[in-house]
Amino acid sequence: MKKVFAFALVLAMVFALCAPAYADGAIKIGGTGPLTGGAAIYGMAVKNAAEIAVEEINAKGGIQFELRFEDDTHDAEKAVNAYNTLKDWGMQISTGSVTSKPCEATSAETYADRIFALTPSASSVATVTGKDNQFQMCFTDPNQGSASAQYIADKKLASKVAVIWKNDDVYSKGIYETFMAAAPGLGLEVVSDTTFNDGNATDFSVQIADAQSKGAELVFLPMYYDAASLILTQASAAGYAPIWFGVDGMDGILSLEGFDTSLAEGVYLLTPFNADSDDEATKAFVAKYQEKFGEIPNQFAADAYDVVYAYAQACEAAGITADMSAEEICDKMIEQFTSMTFNGLTGEGMTWAADGTVTKSPKGMIIENGAYVGID
Amino acid sequence: MRLNKTSKKNYLTYAIVIVAYVIMQIVAGGGHLSSSLKGMLVPICAYVVMAVSLNLTVGILGELSLGHAGFMSVGAFMGTTAAIALQNAIPSAPLRLTVALIVGAVFAAIVGFLVGIPVLRLNGDYLAIVTLAFGEIIKSVFNNLYLGIDANGIHMSLLEDKTNLLEGGKLIIAGPMGIGGIKKIANFTAGFVLIMICLVVIFHLVNSRQGRAIMAVRDNRIAAESVGINVTHYKMMAFVTSAAMAGAAGALFALNYSTIVANKFDFNTSILVLVFVVFGGLGNMLGSVIAAAALTILPEALRSFASYRMLIYAIVLILVMLATNNPTLKGFFASLRGRFDKNSEKEASAS
Repeated sequence: MKKVFAFALVLAMVFALCAPAYADGAIKIGGTGPLTGGAAIYGMAVKNAAEIAVEEINAKGGIQFELRFEDDTHDAEKAVNAYNTLKDWGMQISTGSVTSKPCEATSAETYADRIFALTPSASSVATVTGKDNQFQMCFTDPNQGSASAQYIADKKLASKVAVIWKNDDVYSKGIYETFMAAAPGLGLEVVSDTTFNDGNATDFSVQIADAQSKGAELVFLPMYYDAASLILTQASAAGYAPIWFGVDGMDGILSLEGFDTSLAEGVYLLTPFNADSDDEATKAFVAKYQEKFGEIPNQFAADAYDVVYAYAQACEAAGITADMSAEEICDKMIEQFTSMTFNGLTGEGMTWAADGTVTKSPKGMIIENGAYVGID
Repeated sequence: MRLNKTSKKNYLTYAIVIVAYVIMQIVAGGGHLSSSLKGMLVPICAYVVMAVSLNLTVGILGELSLGHAGFMSVGAFMGTTAAIALQNAIPSAPLRLTVALIVGAVFAAIVGFLVGIPVLRLNGDYLAIVTLAFGEIIKSVFNNLYLGIDANGIHMSLLEDKTNLLEGGKLIIAGPMGIGGIKKIANFTAGFVLIMICLVVIFHLVNSRQGRAIMAVRDNRIAAESVGINVTHYKMMAFVTSAAMAGAAGALFALNYSTIVANKFDFNTSILVLVFVVFGGLGNMLGSVIAAAALTILPEALRSFASYRMLIYAIVLILVMLATNNPTLKGFFASLRGRFDKNSEKEASAS
């Protein structure tokens, strides 16, 4: 028995040291994201969609990509470790990290190492500021807050608004601040402003009661779907049924295990991607994703799919080949991304500013019969 | 010179740390070190210091602390704040790093002292409960703390950003966003020096009159009190030393990343460090050093298993626990040690 243990231990170590085999002639794309833990839905969506895009592009001939995705468990320290592993592997272009704070850490590394990075979903401003080779496929957080306020006012959804936000989360706070800055100018009155944090994200009765007692017609939820699902459940139990309004973090609530999706009926969310769109490319992508992974892709998946296609377009235009070094590719990519226009699933005619932020218009969506339906 | 068993073990610990440092420097100098391992050197140093300092509380003092990451957090935030604030005043990076580590250690020691005043007077497992709560409180405090610096000095506010900085001012701690845009000034050599300082301090403390008093308190509190040992005093001494070291480790850790958030130093991190200590053996500093290094590298070395990574990590942990507690293996190591002792005794008597 002892020998078996010892042998197993040795085997584990040997396997651990073996490097994975890779193909020649392909440009190596690496990325990190949470594949385990609380934010895993985002990481998995990005990984799956990027895999689909790489397969499609490789099948066409021409530019060949090889993708490797590493787990960072939504932690900055692990993200840097994962990034270094990818560097050892020979990554030439990076898709950054999926979530904001880890991406802020890895973007400092990619900036220092001159590896080009286009993150599908890390939306904080700090991810791109001061780094010429960092670009985003998604909106920045502040953008989402003001866009939400604008949308609520334009569509006249409500005038009395409650906000519940997570005060120890970069993402939530970024959106909250710009929402609050934009709301008064648009005739929105914020009647209830309550918070929660990482340690007490299970009981929302106080926040819900506050919004209810102050007569809020609409509750703005700038947070990820896991906490939002609890708020919806507890508000329903408390008999409170306002209009719920979320941002892109709400995307994913329908695929959350153990959540009664009927509670999410009528929830608005502002996201750049709509899986029910009639657009040919979107339909094809959604069908393929569903067939392969058995789920409807969310906005993170669409962003990741666009990232790989944007890379394909840029690589082709700049004549990038697999034998170029990461630095060479980086310079050419910066040139491409600041000058090119890209049409993808998450928007037509996207352009990037030199500071790395993207310009595209968000779409309003509502959840109906357990599916995301576009409003516009 | 004849060495007793303890000092022999102490010198072995120093030797192993020095040899590991030299080997890493040679390999890195030759350019053969993988980016992955290179990136982990500073965190490993920080975790080693965390492990040996917690071992002082748990192994030597015999009190369970479940909030060690809280002290790391204090050190990380205060040390990094000092490093950023002094960016222009102290242009030399190594000097600024040293100041940051000292600031981190001092603040953590003060906080450790404050926590210790009520708790270390009590008997039983209260320290475990209070440190557990302390870790959570520190996390909340830093998640709601806004600290900025401008021409008029340092401004601070809680819950909301009311610092109202002047033009050219800089918000250093931004509540839940933590500290961003940190200049990475921590390096492996600094980590190595910190480990050595901590080991020297701990070994000298343990071998001193005070250290024996601390261990007497651990072994039998009543007997210790009866011979006139001031129990609270000695408990405080060990606890504050341990907190200060954790603070320095936190500053070192934070200055190795471009960004740091309070949620990093949560209960899980405290438990992780406790696992290093238990894994390496209570009171066994060499064990803590090795366990911290090995268990930091292990999850990264297992990346090729992809989805099964954490499962295999757990299995490896269990296997190593079983193996190190295996009587046959223990006997083997004991006989090896016996032979080593005999040989060195022979040498000693020959010379």
